[in-house]
Amino acid sequence: MSILKEFKGKYKYKWDELPFMKLSGLEPLVFSPETNFINVGERTNVTGSKKFLRLIKEEKFEEAIDVAREQVEGGAQIIDVNMDEGMLDGEASMKRFLNLMAAEPDISRIPVMIDSSKWTIIEAGLKCVQGKGVVNSISLKEGKNQFITQGKLIKQYGAAVIVMAFDENGQADSYERRIEICRRSYNILVNEVGFLPQDIIFDPNVFPVATGMKEHENNAVDFFKATRWIRENLPGAHVSGGVSNVSFSFRGNNTVREAMHSAFLYHAINEGMDMGIVNPSMLEVYDEIPKDLLKKVEDVLLNRSANATESLLDFAQNVKGSAKQEQKTAEWRLNEVEERLEYALIKGITEYIELDVEEIRQKVAKPLEVIEGPLMNGMNTVGDLFGEGKMFLPQVVKSARVMKKAVAYLTPYIEKEKGGEKTSKGKILMATVKGDVHDIGKNIVGVVLGCNHYDVIDLGVMVPSKKIIEEAKKHNVDIIGLSGLITPSLDEMIDVAREMEKNNVHIPLLIGGATTSRVHTAVKIEKELPSSSTIHVLDASRSVPVVGKLLGNTKVDYLNEIRSEYEKLRTYHFNKKDQKSYLTIKEARTNKFPIDWKNFNSTKPNQRGVFHLHDLSSKEIASFIDWTPFFQTWELHGRYPRILKDEIVGEEASKLFKDAQEMLNHALEKNWLEVEAVYGIWEAHTIEDDIFIFDEKDELLAVSHCLRQQTKKSSKAFNMSLSDFIAPKSTGIKDYIGAFVVTAGKKIDQIAKKFEEDLDDYNSIMIKALADRMAEAAAEYLHQKVRKEYWGYTEEQFSNEELIKEKYQGIRPAPGYPACPDHTEKETIFHLLDATNKVGVELTESLAMYPVSSVSGWYFSNPESKYFGLGKIKMDQVEELSTRKKVDLSVMKKWLSPNLDD
Amino acid sequence: MSSITDIAKKRILILDGAMGTMIQRYTLEEADFRKGWFEDHSSPLKGNNDLLSLTRPDIIKEIHSAYFEAGADIVETNTFSGTKIAQLDYGLQDYAYDINFQSAKIACEVANEFTIKEPNKPRFVAGSIGPTNRTASISPDVNDPSFRNTSFDELNEAYQEQINGLIDGGVHILLIETVFDTLNAKAALFAVNQVFESRAIKLPVMVSGTITDASGRTLTGQTSEAFLISMSHFPLFSIGLNCALGAADMHPYLKTLAKKASFLISAHPNAGLPNEFGEYDETPEKMVDQIEFFLKDDLINIIGGCCGTTPDHIKAIAELASKYSPRNQF
Repeated sequence: MSILKEFKGKYKYKWDELPFMKLSGLEPLVFSPETNFINVGERTNVTGSKKFLRLIKEEKFEEAIDVAREQVEGGAQIIDVNMDEGMLDGEASMKRFLNLMAAEPDISRIPVMIDSSKWTIIEAGLKCVQGKGVVNSISLKEGKNQFITQGKLIKQYGAAVIVMAFDENGQADSYERRIEICRRSYNILVNEVGFLPQDIIFDPNVFPVATGMKEHENNAVDFFKATRWIRENLPGAHVSGGVSNVSFSFRGNNTVREAMHSAFLYHAINEGMDMGIVNPSMLEVYDEIPKDLLKKVEDVLLNRSANATESLLDFAQNVKGSAKQEQKTAEWRLNEVEERLEYALIKGITEYIELDVEEIRQKVAKPLEVIEGPLMNGMNTVGDLFGEGKMFLPQVVKSARVMKKAVAYLTPYIEKEKGGEKTSKGKILMATVKGDVHDIGKNIVGVVLGCNHYDVIDLGVMVPSKKIIEEAKKHNVDIIGLSGLITPSLDEMIDVAREMEKNNVHIPLLIGGATTSRVHTAVKIEKELPSSSTIHVLDASRSVPVVGKLLGNTKVDYLNEIRSEYEKLRTYHFNKKDQKSYLTIKEARTNKFPIDWKNFNSTKPNQRGVFHLHDLSSKEIASFIDWTPFFQTWELHGRYPRILKDEIVGEEASKLFKDAQEMLNHALEKNWLEVEAVYGIWEAHTIEDDIFIFDEKDELLAVSHCLRQQTKKSSKAFNMSLSDFIAPKSTGIKDYIGAFVVTAGKKIDQIAKKFEEDLDDYNSIMIKALADRMAEAAAEYLHQKVRKEYWGYTEEQFSNEELIKEKYQGIRPAPGYPACPDHTEKETIFHLLDATNKVGVELTESLAMYPVSSVSGWYFSNPESKYFGLGKIKMDQVEELSTRKKVDLSVMKKWLSPNLDD
Repeated sequence: MSSITDIAKKRILILDGAMGTMIQRYTLEEADFRKGWFEDHSSPLKGNNDLLSLTRPDIIKEIHSAYFEAGADIVETNTFSGTKIAQLDYGLQDYAYDINFQSAKIACEVANEFTIKEPNKPRFVAGSIGPTNRTASISPDVNDPSFRNTSFDELNEAYQEQINGLIDGGVHILLIETVFDTLNAKAALFAVNQVFESRAIKLPVMVSGTITDASGRTLTGQTSEAFLISMSHFPLFSIGLNCALGAADMHPYLKTLAKKASFLISAHPNAGLPNEFGEYDETPEKMVDQIEFFLKDDLINIIGGCCGTTPDHIKAIAELASKYSPRNQF
């Protein structure tokens, strides 16, 4: 009785000379022989899902999109969309749904299957997808001419096609008819349409079995045989099918249906079917089908015995109703305790850590063994994964939190034992230099080094060189690491290097932080410490290999390598400098940025004077947050929101973002991120590069001394200065300037400290990073208010994204940043606003703002005002400036040294 | 004259550099954009560079000449925004055909002059087909993600008009470039098909996509391989990348294309990334250093420059490329 007489074994792909079928959504999907089977999600089909039909009918498109998302999350590799229902406008629904899917990167990353029996709906769908999808389906049903027309168009739209085994005489229902129609369709498509053979997929019709009708008994067998024939005889062509049809007779009996689907798939795939429309929740694992049920199901599918159908129907009565049980207890909790510990470390789960650590402690002789054994093993794995780029910084910091908690739990036991010596690979002293208060980056490096078994002695922020030297000597450390964010810190670092040399602290010095660079380290710092070596470390992930090399036995080679690299950098730097040509400050001034003052009308501010805002809504301000820099803090690079879907870091970025949202909400609720702001708007005019600022009684309040670019420009460019954006006194125009200071950080130190005491660096770094974002958001928010209301020079309507891109009129440059790198101008702003008294922000000796999460700046409203970078300047300008500002030349020189080309 | 396909087998072809950067060097006024054509037009036209092909053809021809002089085999027509969709902003949607026809005509005139002078180095003109200023895959309305401000049909129609103008003007190649939305480019390819069929002709078609940032994706979110797959239904002359990135940042994505594509590979990167003034200031020397990595990796059949590049850049690139053989496709 069996038709599959000879057992041929699994179908082996034989068309290696042809390219593979390649489809795409946002990402590629390549059908290679190794892909074996591609499953198509079928739930977004109004003919197959009542729920989906209802959602579309009721226009609940958001919920309908969730159905699509579930399909993708459930493992669908292609998503089938079908809108064939009499009551729907099929074309409009197809278009709308595909457009909505296109807006969801987690869905549109996979290719779309546009499924309809109506050509107009298919064509409407093809016009909406940027990737290469699949049309489901066309056939010879309406004759050859239409088949050719449609084939050509699909090719031009750039899609693969499913061809139904259907022709002018009806649907193929036997093996012979199937192969006859498929062969004819294939020849027309390949030879007359020019369709790529590998882009043709046949659907040789899956029909129900066990219907009780004799002519249906061979339905599955004919499908299997036709599948094999197509794959063997039509070069490159694929086979697909709608699997659930086969079990139609067993509706209501999911156990039998699920078993039948699996068995059908198993055999169809064996014969060469490589794509199928399958509902994964209606599928049993082939090996887990009870043997007796499997035998009866296969008897029916393979038409192996005369009374197969009756036998299965009888059997079906007994198995009816049993349902799959979901097991969702945290499976990892069932593993051995060592494995659990490693899992908790890698996944950053603190929940059970004390329990697990205690369990191991009781198993081992000394508590120290818990650290040296399982905990170290776990952290080694974490270190390796981080090194290989398989784990990302936020995960590592979470792992460290688990480690710290475990160690803290064990410490009392270890001390009681007094037995063990601490295993440490080396001692590293870390500090943020004098005058600087920024420590997120330094803390991250500390955590990462700690994870790698280095002893980290963290001196905190604003640490003078003297203290660094003393502590380094006292603790006999192996390496010193310095961090800083603002430009004056660069000079402090030079000072530390000098002191190290003088005090015979001849150990390696690591330099890191946002304004530091390899070039600066090579040119300015390294030469101060000739007896040892100075190395710039780009980010936290580099700190471990660098420290490893410095304390390992390849130290000498490594240092030689660094030294020669830095020597090259220096040579390059000095050569490059010679090529640059400069104007004198007087010449530069003649090439100032031209503004047509004759046709200029300044907007008189709605308010003048100084205003203090303290009842600001933190919630509203939070909506102004630009998240991209937040991810940068965590060394996850990419633009928000796309970073959340990034191939490599997307998953971690999403987790981090979720944690950040939770923390933000919590912080907003607890009022941790209280925002205070002070701003002022005054009349102003310029004389040369100085901005004179007056109160309403025309009394001079202050003078802002601006710097001007001095590098020689091409004919179309200008030597810019911020003062160019304010009307010169000689024009007689009444012009205006503003300034502001905002802070969101007044409570942050205290809160971060609490987290640190709780050994939770992750959340300590998190709240600091959020406070920084919040301060920036507050600056953005206030700027908008000033533009639209307080000053009122524009009527704009911008989205948050457009704000981030700074599309609005006017700028808010901050002293210490590229347009005005002179930090001392912060003093002018603070004086004008009385900022320290009003909002409690102080300036450190290096003119960093404290609390850290604060932002200050000027407001310029001129429509032509824009950001620029000052670049390098010459000594003549510094000399002139020291006269203008009445400040000692040596002092001025020190502040401007990062910009001074000497 | 040997066909471009033959030449491409023997050596690396050189594409020209930026048009906009060169136009900026002439200090043009509103009147230059109107001269002889749009004197009475109601809205300002300054900045609509494509119009200069009509109003100041002397300048455009001078720029083409400068690039041919520098060693370019192919110059692009001054038609990046020459669709009625892009011209709608200026109220000049009715002039799209003229822009394309005239731009193609003047570029071909210059090319012919050079070919006559140097018959052993024939020069070619590629009709530049830009992405338009609308996107068929992204909603401009935050409240309705299913909304689109253009459609496949509208794009197809606009592109057909542009392509007809370019072909009537005599271009040798079509170049669909700066593809930030693959669906727009699919509409352009669809239009190419329709025009080729109705005129019963075929020209080499180049496609060049734009990877917007370090995420390695197009603006509409496709990876470079997905972009390649989505363009592969057409027998292209070449596929490649241009704009948004400088040569250094473009390298990995170009590698993917070169590895996976069965077409020739082109690249015309920007002169680095914009500086704080929004200017591209990578020097020819520095750009050539980066491009040499492409050539060493055997990635390139066609090379040129996008934003910020000048005849000096193209000259340096041409000199460098002459030392390397083209990527072997098979």
